[in-house]
Amino acid sequence: MIEKDVVIVGAGPAGLAAGIEASKAGANVLIIDLNIKPGGQLFKQIHKFFGSSAHRSGTRGMDIGMLLLREAEENGVEIWLKSTVIGLFPGNKVAVEKGLENEAKEVVTILAKKIIVATGASENVVRFKGWTKPGVMGAGAAQTMINVNHVKPGEKVVMLGSGNVGLIVSYQLMQAGCDVVALVEAAPKIGGYAVHAAKIRRAGVPIYMKHTIIEAIGDETDCVKEVVIAEVDDKFQPISGTEKVIEADCVAIAAGLKPTVELTRLLNCEFTFNGVFGGFIPLHNKNMETSVEGVYVAGDATGVEEANTALEEGRIAGIAAAQSLSLIADKEAEEKKDAIWKRLEMLRLGPFGERRLSAKEVVLAEYLNKVGMPQAEIKLKG
Amino acid sequence: MQTKNKGADTMCLRVENHVILEVDNNVPLVQITVDGKMIAAKEGEPILAALLANGIKINRYTLKKQEPRGLFCGIGQCTDCAMVVDGKPNVRTCITPVRDGMVVETQNGLHKEVERK
Amino acid sequence: MALENTGYLEYEELVQIQTIPDEERFKKGAVAVIECVQQIPCNPCEAACSRKAIIIGNPITNLPIVNGDECTGCGICVSKCPGMAIFIVNKVHSETKATVAFPYEYFPIPTEGEEVKAVNRKGEVVCDGKVIKVMNPKAFDHTPVITIEIPKEYVDQVRSIQRRRAE
Repeated sequence: MIEKDVVIVGAGPAGLAAGIEASKAGANVLIIDLNIKPGGQLFKQIHKFFGSSAHRSGTRGMDIGMLLLREAEENGVEIWLKSTVIGLFPGNKVAVEKGLENEAKEVVTILAKKIIVATGASENVVRFKGWTKPGVMGAGAAQTMINVNHVKPGEKVVMLGSGNVGLIVSYQLMQAGCDVVALVEAAPKIGGYAVHAAKIRRAGVPIYMKHTIIEAIGDETDCVKEVVIAEVDDKFQPISGTEKVIEADCVAIAAGLKPTVELTRLLNCEFTFNGVFGGFIPLHNKNMETSVEGVYVAGDATGVEEANTALEEGRIAGIAAAQSLSLIADKEAEEKKDAIWKRLEMLRLGPFGERRLSAKEVVLAEYLNKVGMPQAEIKLKG
Repeated sequence: MQTKNKGADTMCLRVENHVILEVDNNVPLVQITVDGKMIAAKEGEPILAALLANGIKINRYTLKKQEPRGLFCGIGQCTDCAMVVDGKPNVRTCITPVRDGMVVETQNGLHKEVERK
Repeated sequence: MALENTGYLEYEELVQIQTIPDEERFKKGAVAVIECVQQIPCNPCEAACSRKAIIIGNPITNLPIVNGDECTGCGICVSKCPGMAIFIVNKVHSETKATVAFPYEYFPIPTEGEEVKAVNRKGEVVCDGKVIKVMNPKAFDHTPVITIEIPKEYVDQVRSIQRRRAE
């Protein structure tokens, strides 16, 4: 059986950052990812990131991705691509369907001293008549097509949802040469940053507030050709007589994300429900360790936030895993983690961030309550 | 413009110019066969991207209701884009790169071999 | 805030929320106008200005304030703002014309001398304009900054140009 100090699931910002930190401390690290390329969703983030200078703000997500990949390589982090973790078993065994040349697959079991689950999140769906028709897709899927694969998912797009994903992807669809013929939002208020909304308004995108999609109508092959929208009442029910038909060959759904938690579920980690973070998440402590000793989590898989918070949480998990392997001195590790928690606090400020700041505190408190003191702290006090 | 189902290669949905992205329009092309028809694909791109660029939006039909499915998550999570690739069913085309000479077929239900069992 | 319901700000609203240069400063020439009205943890504009004319300070969620005495209207901050919320306004460009500079990341990028349709914050065409400057150096990282000349009376409204299509 292959043995590794740290096995990380997912090569997105959280997984890469965790791998870099653990590797820097001297751990033998393997990251496993099912995609063709590493970087998770960073390479489709072609916009300049918000944040502080400490977080390379003003740099495009894809460029941060390149920097991370280079850092991972320099630090000798091993990455298996086209490989899917199909099971985690007691005793820290990781079952992997490893991608080989010529699309062949081979099942491999790895014995990991520490496991970091950084599996990210998946898009939520809004169901309306015709939502399964070709042409209806997640906003993230549309974003992947234009920014990573350089292919348009359609010419005329109706965007559903005014959170930052809906606003940013609308903008990027226009950058790729598509038209965004409507942005539809059921709530009375725009969910994302006003500056993102402002830039698509300037580009002439009609924003339909208190509206929803009633139906996607297909052509003779059943691919989307028209979208019916309608105004909704205070209970989000469509108001009869307000229907409007819009010609479009693509519907992009930006209705939020939910953490991808199958693997932490398999291990019977303690869970909690947290609406702010997008649903059920594994409880974790300030080391990002779950209720199962030696199993850590980071990034959207611990609650949906953004790339910068994922990066920072990944760093914490990587440092904590190395610390528990005695690869890094406790004092040094604690100082590093403290500094990162302070930076995380800064990222969770303001009217948009403070909900996440307090939600994180609730999760950490619940961990202490249900699971107890983090291992590292016990060791320090002992 | 009406979007045609299969092999409507008259329509080009490729992003050719972009202010931010460096779009390489000189990537070597490979040929793949889709339901018996040859199409050009950019070397290394996912099968799904090559199909979309050629105006093909349907990847499979469902088992019970024979409804079409196409790109939905784009990152290998949902399986809506599964097709039969080189005779093998349930291949997620959004995360599987093209290879010269690859034979891709629209998947009906669970694909015939599986259904027979 | 109408902004949250519509996605754009009325100029009057902007003036109430954000500190923008006063008319005395506008009389002296080009200056940065920052239309950033929510407390987002973000500060690259502050670091972008070598003259330290943009101040955010602590906490990072403070709205940026432009020091009109230091700002020369150079436009570097325009390309750095991830929210594309900074504009350079010159109300005294000539007797009858004003200029507005804004970030523009759509293909094709307009060229100097080109006649364009100037749009307001809602994307409505309000007047004709002429591109007088296109800045797109490497340091701007693919965020071109376009300066257009427009009739003076539209200067508080115009914030971009109508998006054009590839031929």
